[in-house]
Amino acid sequence: MRVTLNVNGRSHTVDVPADMPLLWVLRDVLELHGTKFGCGIGQCGACTVHMRGRAVRACQVPVSNADGIEVVTIEGLSPDGSHPLQVAWKELDVPECGYCQAGQLMSAAALLATNPQPTDSDIDTAMNGNLCRCGTYLRIRQGIRRAAAMATGQRNGGGQPTSTPATPARK
Amino acid sequence: MSSTLVGRRAFLKVSALAGGGMVVALYLDPAKLVAQRGAAAMEPDAFITIASDGTVTIVGKNPEIGQGIKNTLPMLVAEELDVEWSSVRVVQGDLDSKYGQQSAGGSRAVPSNYDGMRRLGAAARLQLVTAASQQWTVPVSELTTSAGRVTHASSGRSIGYGELAQAAAGIPAPSLESVTLKDPANFTIIGKPIPGVDNHALVTGQPLFGIDVKVPGMLYAVFEHCPIFEGRAVSANLDAIRAMPGVRHAFVVPGGNGVSGGVAIVGDTWWAAQQARESLEVEWDGGETANDSTERFDREAQAFSTQAPADIGRQEGDVDSSFASAATVVEGSYAYPFLSHAPLEPMNCTAHYHPGTTPGDPGRLELWVGTQTPGSGAPAAAAAVMEFPADMSRQDQQAQVAERVTLHMTRMGGGFGRRLYNDYLPEAAYISKQIGAPVQLRWTREDDMGHDLYRPGGYHFLKGGLDASGKLVAWRNHFVTFTTDGNRTASSGSLRSDEFPATFVPNFLMGTSMIQFGVPTGAMRAPGSNAIAFVMQSFLDELAHAAGKDPVQFRLDLLGSPQILPPPGGGGGRGGRGGGGGGYGAERMRAVLELVADRSGWGTRTLPAGTGLGVAFHYSHSGYFAEVAEVTVDADKRVKVNKVWVAGDIGRQIINPLHAESQVQGSVIEGLGQLMTLEVTIEGGAAVQKNFNTYELPRMRNTPPEIEVHWVTSDNDPTGLGEPALPPVVPAVANAIFAATGERLRSLPISKHGYRWA
Repeated sequence: MRVTLNVNGRSHTVDVPADMPLLWVLRDVLELHGTKFGCGIGQCGACTVHMRGRAVRACQVPVSNADGIEVVTIEGLSPDGSHPLQVAWKELDVPECGYCQAGQLMSAAALLATNPQPTDSDIDTAMNGNLCRCGTYLRIRQGIRRAAAMATGQRNGGGQPTSTPATPARK
Repeated sequence: MSSTLVGRRAFLKVSALAGGGMVVALYLDPAKLVAQRGAAAMEPDAFITIASDGTVTIVGKNPEIGQGIKNTLPMLVAEELDVEWSSVRVVQGDLDSKYGQQSAGGSRAVPSNYDGMRRLGAAARLQLVTAASQQWTVPVSELTTSAGRVTHASSGRSIGYGELAQAAAGIPAPSLESVTLKDPANFTIIGKPIPGVDNHALVTGQPLFGIDVKVPGMLYAVFEHCPIFEGRAVSANLDAIRAMPGVRHAFVVPGGNGVSGGVAIVGDTWWAAQQARESLEVEWDGGETANDSTERFDREAQAFSTQAPADIGRQEGDVDSSFASAATVVEGSYAYPFLSHAPLEPMNCTAHYHPGTTPGDPGRLELWVGTQTPGSGAPAAAAAVMEFPADMSRQDQQAQVAERVTLHMTRMGGGFGRRLYNDYLPEAAYISKQIGAPVQLRWTREDDMGHDLYRPGGYHFLKGGLDASGKLVAWRNHFVTFTTDGNRTASSGSLRSDEFPATFVPNFLMGTSMIQFGVPTGAMRAPGSNAIAFVMQSFLDELAHAAGKDPVQFRLDLLGSPQILPPPGGGGGRGGRGGGGGGYGAERMRAVLELVADRSGWGTRTLPAGTGLGVAFHYSHSGYFAEVAEVTVDADKRVKVNKVWVAGDIGRQIINPLHAESQVQGSVIEGLGQLMTLEVTIEGGAAVQKNFNTYELPRMRNTPPEIEVHWVTSDNDPTGLGEPALPPVVPAVANAIFAATGERLRSLPISKHGYRWA
């Protein structure tokens, strides 16, 4: 089947089986290796990408369901690694082995896009589908908080983040 | 201090780099190298490269599994070279004997390299200083270095390393033994928090892992193993499989020469091969392990518990009469399950076999793979595809392997001990040879968990005796473990006869019995210790409560007991599990125990009903760790770990505090999973749990809000941190649950006792 994929702002037409998971099209056909394979059953979150801005597990999406839909992978999260989450991840030294981190970042980015000032409980809920076998969860939490604070700081002209956020806005 | 790098036969060669830089190479034994690798070995091989612009490139020689070694070892070099870390670029080395030991296991990289890597950097620094002294005709003693520059203070002259590199390259290299190392008080890199060198690549999704490798012309393979351990394929519906879309090859792999028996399917894409696999029908020869089951193991262990141990590992004093005269006797039966390593990146290997061009030429093999033991992986893969004359010596074969196998070391999506075993390398090499093309073999998660080398389960039947004052005077442990050959305990299923509290209890007996089985087992992060700490520290907790003593004080008293030392000349050195010399430093353990008690407010805080503190300590891999957990358990047995405090002593120097903290916190979180949910049960000679829906790793919600890490700095050589922080957390939390609920937990995982995460 011919499918037109819009990945990270670029259009690709691929001829692959309709039921081939988006994960394998991204990795083995488009050679975008940042999206990882961990379980194949939507349990680990290593393959998390954005479809229309929502975090989805690419191993569970038949490529036919992605036809014409805007997909963003870790390679497209920012042009140069400057997304606040990427900056926070580097500063806080979040990764251990690093294999899950692309998926963690994509889940976290989808969270912040709809909930720029998440509570710890919001973070735990949004991130619970992403396994980290090394156990970097404490720094992932910290990284999301820092990225949220950076965004606030930017909006406030570089000032310090305010204290506990009010009820998060939801789109 | 011993080192794999620095010895009488290690020496340096320094040479010029095109464009005016310098290259520092290290040779262990030139004669041996020439014999192994031919005269080409004497060409410069970079370990440190200093370009004319001052950029320093350092090879990270060891396998990176997330432990941060790609920072650690180059940091040691850069410190003594005296450059700024920001001027350093780290590149991953391939497998090459010129780098010495290249492995990730046993928390050994730091103790094995701490001295040698520093000497390497110091020697390069001395070259540069010597070059400056010649240029300025001033004595070396008048020169100082800092941040990649040599300075002559009295004349006010200063010059960058890059400008000196070409001249330095022409100066004979100093011996590694002769160089002077920095006073640690002057460290600018060691001991500083330095983020991972691959962080940017990781957060931007750049290919770093074995599974990300793409070689021109590469095909993709799946491998169907016999569902029963050790079984082999007899035949399969290969014609039907070959006719499926995208499938290029399908064949039975008979097994042997280190290759598992099974069926390989090779496709244009991995997905095509994997889809075809769903239609695969195989006739298996199931092997002899089909009657292995957890149910049988449990039954046989219970039967052993009523008998005397088959083998006595240690006996001291008079155990029987001391139990008879003890004021209090406590008994407890403990058990823990098989576990799977489950690193998040499933096993994979890319292989390209190039056939020989003349009769008798064994060919060449190129591998791109993540392995914790590349030095054993290369010969294992070679054995699957190359034949050497039967009369060739082992040494000559090793030289042939070094010559004919190129192994590119990739970053790994976790190791945890799984990648100590190289079973996936020969499979990939074999398939490449069969199809005559480069191939990437990828296992599924189910392959990975179904064909692991599991952390073996085990059973301990314990009895402890206390005198009227509450002192532990008698100890008996009947350990029931496993064997495949009837003689030796299964891999990672042994118990050291000197495991604590041995030598601290005057009347002591440890004996072993073995259940026959065929389940493959192996080392998993803190092997042995990851199970034994739970048993020992939980039972000690029982004894403390039976003695009416505070659990911390009871442990301090035990550690303060006079040690029963082996008779002179009797051997029995008290090395740490997984290697590492030195005795069991009871005073070091007391220090971490006292520190963690202090930091956790042990005995000073009033806790609400349903909340409790638990403590445990364990020594492994030359590291001393004591941990306290605070938990809250509700009426429905839902457990919330509120906080964990860790105190550790790994010697006089923490090399990178950022990674040290990560290793400890990750160890604690991994231990929480082992306590609560993780278990592989065996049925019909196969693992039941094969993916994360049934093998429930800890998630974000299960993670405590805080894991506080404290260090005791002791005057001992620095040691590694990949493992020793894990073992104590399991009993610390189990003991905390006892404190909160009054229920003693004697088998893992505790989900089987109705507990779950809050």
